[in-house]
Amino acid sequence: MAYKGDDLLEEVTNKDYEYGFVTDIESDLAPVGLNASIIRLISQKKNEPEWLLEWRLKSFELWQKMTEPEWAHIQYPRPDFQSFHYYAAPKQKKNPKSLDEVDPELLKTFDKLGISLDEQKKLTGVAVDIVVDSVSVATTFKAKLAELGIIFCSFSEAVQEHPQLVQKYLGTVVPRSDNFYAALNSAVFTDGSFCYIPKGVRCPMELSTYFRINEAKTGQFERTLVIADEDSYVSYLEGCTAPMRDENQLHAAVVELIALDGAEIKYSTVQNWYPGDDEGKGGVYNFVTKRGICHNRSTISWTQVETGSAITWKYPSCILKGDHAVGEFFSVALTNKLQQADTGTKMIHIGKNTKSTIISKGISAGKSQNSYRGLVKIGKNAENARNFSQCDSLLMGDRCGAHTFPYIEVENPSAQVEHEATTSKIGEDQIFYCNQRGIDTEKAISLIVNGYAKEVLNKLPMEFAVEAQKLLAISLEGSVG
Amino acid sequence: MLSIKGLKAEIEGKEILSGIDLEVKAGEIHAIMGPNGSGKSTLASVLAGREEYEVTGGSVTYKGKDLLEMAAEDRAREGVFLAFQYPVEIPGVSNINFLKTALNEIRTSKGLEPITAKDFLARVRERSALVELDTKLKNRSVNEGFSGGEKKRNEIFQMAMLEPSLSVLDETDSGLDIDALRIVANGVNQLKNETNATIVVTHYQRLLDYIIPDFVHVLYQGRIVRSGPKELAMELEEKGYDWIKEENGETVDV
Ligand SMILES: Nc1ncnc2c1ncn2[C@@H]1O[C@H](COP(=O)(O)OP(=O)(O)O)[C@@H](O)[C@H]1O
Ligand SMILES: [Mg+2]
Repeated sequence: MAYKGDDLLEEVTNKDYEYGFVTDIESDLAPVGLNASIIRLISQKKNEPEWLLEWRLKSFELWQKMTEPEWAHIQYPRPDFQSFHYYAAPKQKKNPKSLDEVDPELLKTFDKLGISLDEQKKLTGVAVDIVVDSVSVATTFKAKLAELGIIFCSFSEAVQEHPQLVQKYLGTVVPRSDNFYAALNSAVFTDGSFCYIPKGVRCPMELSTYFRINEAKTGQFERTLVIADEDSYVSYLEGCTAPMRDENQLHAAVVELIALDGAEIKYSTVQNWYPGDDEGKGGVYNFVTKRGICHNRSTISWTQVETGSAITWKYPSCILKGDHAVGEFFSVALTNKLQQADTGTKMIHIGKNTKSTIISKGISAGKSQNSYRGLVKIGKNAENARNFSQCDSLLMGDRCGAHTFPYIEVENPSAQVEHEATTSKIGEDQIFYCNQRGIDTEKAISLIVNGYAKEVLNKLPMEFAVEAQKLLAISLEGSVG
Repeated sequence: MLSIKGLKAEIEGKEILSGIDLEVKAGEIHAIMGPNGSGKSTLASVLAGREEYEVTGGSVTYKGKDLLEMAAEDRAREGVFLAFQYPVEIPGVSNINFLKTALNEIRTSKGLEPITAKDFLARVRERSALVELDTKLKNRSVNEGFSGGEKKRNEIFQMAMLEPSLSVLDETDSGLDIDALRIVANGVNQLKNETNATIVVTHYQRLLDYIIPDFVHVLYQGRIVRSGPKELAMELEEKGYDWIKEENGETVDV
């Protein structure tokens, strides 16, 4: 098939979402709606200590006084927060001890997602925690990690088994009052992943969480807490999928990272929530608060490949509190059809000699809107702070939009802040050049886009990088301009 | 191998090719010369399948098939190669990865297995030596930051790698110094055999000192106004294009 701009633009709409199946398993649902008694029900179902219930109720109180943020470059009908189920758990035997106890239907789901737990176990050496709807259903490799003193488990389990760690760190990076969605999450989160790396330990394998929304009309509110104790290292991966639905599904997660002195956390996300149909119906609304705090000489790297969701509202950030702390943000955000993404980062320099790097690669196709929003703030005491930001946008066709909103606040004159931005279009020239060498248009686009995003993809762990490349290709099938 | 009959093409409603006739047989080298704007690159692009140009008349038969019916990538897979006048940059895609993708797409279309890494590297080593391509360039992004001469050499390197049947070299000589010109010409000559054919598009006679054509054609205002043996190129060099222009009824200021 030869390349012809307009025809191919039309074809954008023919691309289907590969992961849009529903798993037929019974689930345990809370009644629709949100009030204090639902929160008590969640807390009780999870057998939580009193302090956590109080924490949730206080969050709920705060949330009720807040309003949804309006400043992002996104448009959507405001969700009716009373119309969701705030608790949905796949019904199965409590806390499976091994894979044999996990519901076979659920295992089939993982197969379709291309993540056979068995395979994961044998081949890749990646420890996986899987969250379906709101509940964590399986964590592999736990025993092996435990030998090193590493804790990697569901959030609920951490509340039961390691309450002092949870209580010490929960809400310290993202306070309950931080924003509307964070407050909501703090009130109603049902599960998520927890990870603790002890002093001086290098976690020998990638830790991975897969999130999947399955039940209709559920909100998914995971809570992730990663604590890297002094001089430790961990690489953490997060993958997301959801089935196709007619109604928009709400996803509002909170991720908190704590890197103590000399620690390093790499946090990678491949987000592929259902983006909605051609009219934008049914996609996931993804309102996520991700933030890390870096103590002395520590590093936090956020790497994200965002291809899904109808709406993405997400700013993984670093508070560079300690001296010589390093914050990094590497992002590829692809939007197609009617998707809207407003994503970026905040780098808050507080300590001396702190350093941050931002590489953002936006790709817009179809009629989508793709915005980068970033804040670099250099505090009064942040002597010799340095930042480098590069924000590139790639446009496919002329019906999409790319926007860049960089905010820079500098309160210390010794700071060096550099910002570069480019906008380019995939050229017919480039595609024809590939065609002339025997490469068809779809492959050509995939090649060009992966080349454009290479700097970021290179930051991902190997097996994720391959997946991300495929995802970019799939998400762009047929789109060009 | 290639038979062009009465080919007409236009862009944005403006006719550029006004009836081209050309026969190219296996083993032959044809030179197409002509002043700037006469339609040389247009002809090359139409043969390669660029859809911006609308073919409004005539036919092109290649290896017995209707070339104009084929998509650009299928023409490439069937052995049509265009060395671009202005090679395109593809940031972030390494030259080597690009070529491997291209080679394997072509192989797959013929029902062949992808080339093994070992064979591929051996071929890269051998063929890059042919055009004395700097090893560093193989791992750099396609044409990105290449000098004009390096881009042209890279085109011939790609040609050597893909082993086409019909190569169209569009002004491959422009921007080359005399050493580079010799290297490129040498590459082309070494790749020539009884089963392939080459169309050398050029503005200057210079390249034809190194690549000896079997036939020379002069393109002017979208038509081949003269064809002859290699000596025609010499004549053109001596008399300049004004001679052709005058012959074709244009007044030329002296
Ligand atoms: N994309 C284009 N849009 C409009 N006119 C074009 C385009 N490409 C070529 N032309 C015109 O067609 C004529 C022939 O161009 P070209 O084939 O590049 O000539 P040559 O290669 O012989 O110098 C010129 O008048 C040129 O301006
Ligand atoms: Mg030309």
